[in-house]
Amino acid sequence: MTVTVVEKNPDDLSMTITAEFTAPVDRVWQVWTDPRQLERWWGPPTYPATVVDHDLAPGGRVSYYMTSPEGEKYHGWWRVLTVEAPGSLEFEDGFSDEQGNENRELPVTTVQVRLEPQGSGTVMTIRSRYASAEAMQQLLEMGMEEGMTAALGQIDELLAA
Amino acid sequence: MGEGITYNSMVVDSGHADLLFGALADGTRREILALTLTGEHSVSQLARMFPMSFAAVQKHVAVLERAGLVVKRKQGREQRVRGNPAAVHEIREALDQLEIRWRQRVDRIDELLADPDRGDPA
Repeated sequence: MTVTVVEKNPDDLSMTITAEFTAPVDRVWQVWTDPRQLERWWGPPTYPATVVDHDLAPGGRVSYYMTSPEGEKYHGWWRVLTVEAPGSLEFEDGFSDEQGNENRELPVTTVQVRLEPQGSGTVMTIRSRYASAEAMQQLLEMGMEEGMTAALGQIDELLAA
Repeated sequence: MGEGITYNSMVVDSGHADLLFGALADGTRREILALTLTGEHSVSQLARMFPMSFAAVQKHVAVLERAGLVVKRKQGREQRVRGNPAAVHEIREALDQLEIRWRQRVDRIDELLADPDRGDPA
């Protein structure tokens, strides 16, 4: 079992997952720093990711899109906050339109990655937090839209299927 | 097919999650929610329980209401508030979706690391 701990905390809007790998920290770090490797795990196999920009430096940007089985593209971005190689990375993760303009109406999460050596292997801790109060406030001001309610109904159906 | 559907639902679901979490990001609102889940309260009753004005409590209730966490009804001159257990359930589901997304990613990282073509860069 790779995943060892999962903590979900509604109060600070976060989920933390801890996983163990037999590979050393330097090797696990590459799956984040090499765009070709990142593409192999970021999106589900049916929504493969294509990384367009990959500037893993503070203030840098990663942009990517995921392609649906029908060929529809979902564009996303990271804004890199901090990087300390090897093993520490923090970024914002959000969605954008085809032109790369950030879509702030869709939720932005802040992701903290920590890689720590454990014997000859690695412990990876990911903390994903539903981010900015501003983004959430925007959503609150928009109110509960009909579309969102309808979409939630569809999700319930999908989850029950 | 399963994973594609999962991905779609996560995109939509996390949007709703923000709405819910935004409402829950405040301690007073969490307390109001907890109180109204166990029984219906009027806004003025709630206002007496917190060291803040009626208007401030009313504002918190409005945020909770927009997120679908509480339901308000008028009874005479009073506004009665009760918690919505279904919405609380949705929060749990939204966090579960986040967990599923990252569990799947961890599994794929595991596969990538085990791939002999990529497993040992040296």
